[in-house]
Amino acid sequence: MDVKPDIPNDPFPGEVHPSPSGGILVTAIDDVINWARSNSLWPLVFGTSCCAIEMMSTASAKYDWSRFGFEVARATPRQADVIIIAGTIVNKMAPVLKRLYDQMADPKYVIAMGACATSGGPFFYNTYSVVKGADHVIPVDVYIAGCPPRPEALLHALISLQRKIKMGLTREQIRSENKVELK
Amino acid sequence: MTNEELKAKLSELLPSATYEESGQPIAVGWLNVNIDHKDWLYFANSLRNHAQLNFDYLFCLTCVDWKTHLTMVYHLESTQYRHTIVVRSKLDRTLPQIESVSNIWRTADFHEREVYELFGVNFLNHPDLRLLILPDGWEGRNPLRKDFEDPVNMIKL
Repeated sequence: MDVKPDIPNDPFPGEVHPSPSGGILVTAIDDVINWARSNSLWPLVFGTSCCAIEMMSTASAKYDWSRFGFEVARATPRQADVIIIAGTIVNKMAPVLKRLYDQMADPKYVIAMGACATSGGPFFYNTYSVVKGADHVIPVDVYIAGCPPRPEALLHALISLQRKIKMGLTREQIRSENKVELK
Repeated sequence: MTNEELKAKLSELLPSATYEESGQPIAVGWLNVNIDHKDWLYFANSLRNHAQLNFDYLFCLTCVDWKTHLTMVYHLESTQYRHTIVVRSKLDRTLPQIESVSNIWRTADFHEREVYELFGVNFLNHPDLRLLILPDGWEGRNPLRKDFEDPVNMIKL
């Protein structure tokens, strides 16, 4: 088996110029902040149905999302950075989800995991109780297909979210920044 | 008690009861009893208190909408004798009423509330008959009825 050289997928945003006493780092502060944020995302312990089982599997030994910086799952929205909507959101749950999202501190990110959270999925037709997509309640950054998605798919979504954060502000963050300027 | 012995005993208690000869519960090996809903309170009391029957465990209480009528279904077991029966009772779809058994089996309290909200069955003498899970204001709209319509939330296929 060939040993591949370790090339990081997303290198550190900046240039290091070596100097006799150490080095000089040339970068943009926003890029460094985003780089730091993306590598330490704390998910909220939140699951409403079977997707939550896959999420727990992703967190535990076999898939182990702590390899990518997600290990500190928080049971309170005030300490969480990302909420993974793992499961069906019913009309009765929607205000709870909204409140949890509102209680999270900025910057905050949302992953819609699986068919139910994306669109209502198997409950799209002929159901009186299911919200047809969690994005009717809160803005979503990354969607995952599947019912339920495999742990690899969730890991892929989490890594996609990291890349998204490194690329700059999300749509919601840009919107809230503009709001501040208008005032 | 075997099913044949149970059948003889139940016929003694309630001669008007009839017995299903085919269907799912029969395949599982459970005796299937059909009764008139007016006899239910008396029948339930006898099932619970009869020394040789002692059905002390109500492990399923549900309702079926057959479009022409509703059927209440009660699964009972005796933890002492390990025998099981299924009691069914037809209800009128326009005015479904049956006696509550929540003071015979405590578990029936919540199950009857659930059947009340989902099928609109009125349980007579229930201590606290109100919605269980559905949000406030859903009284009178019963989602598990076959003709249930909700134009606001439901996309019909």
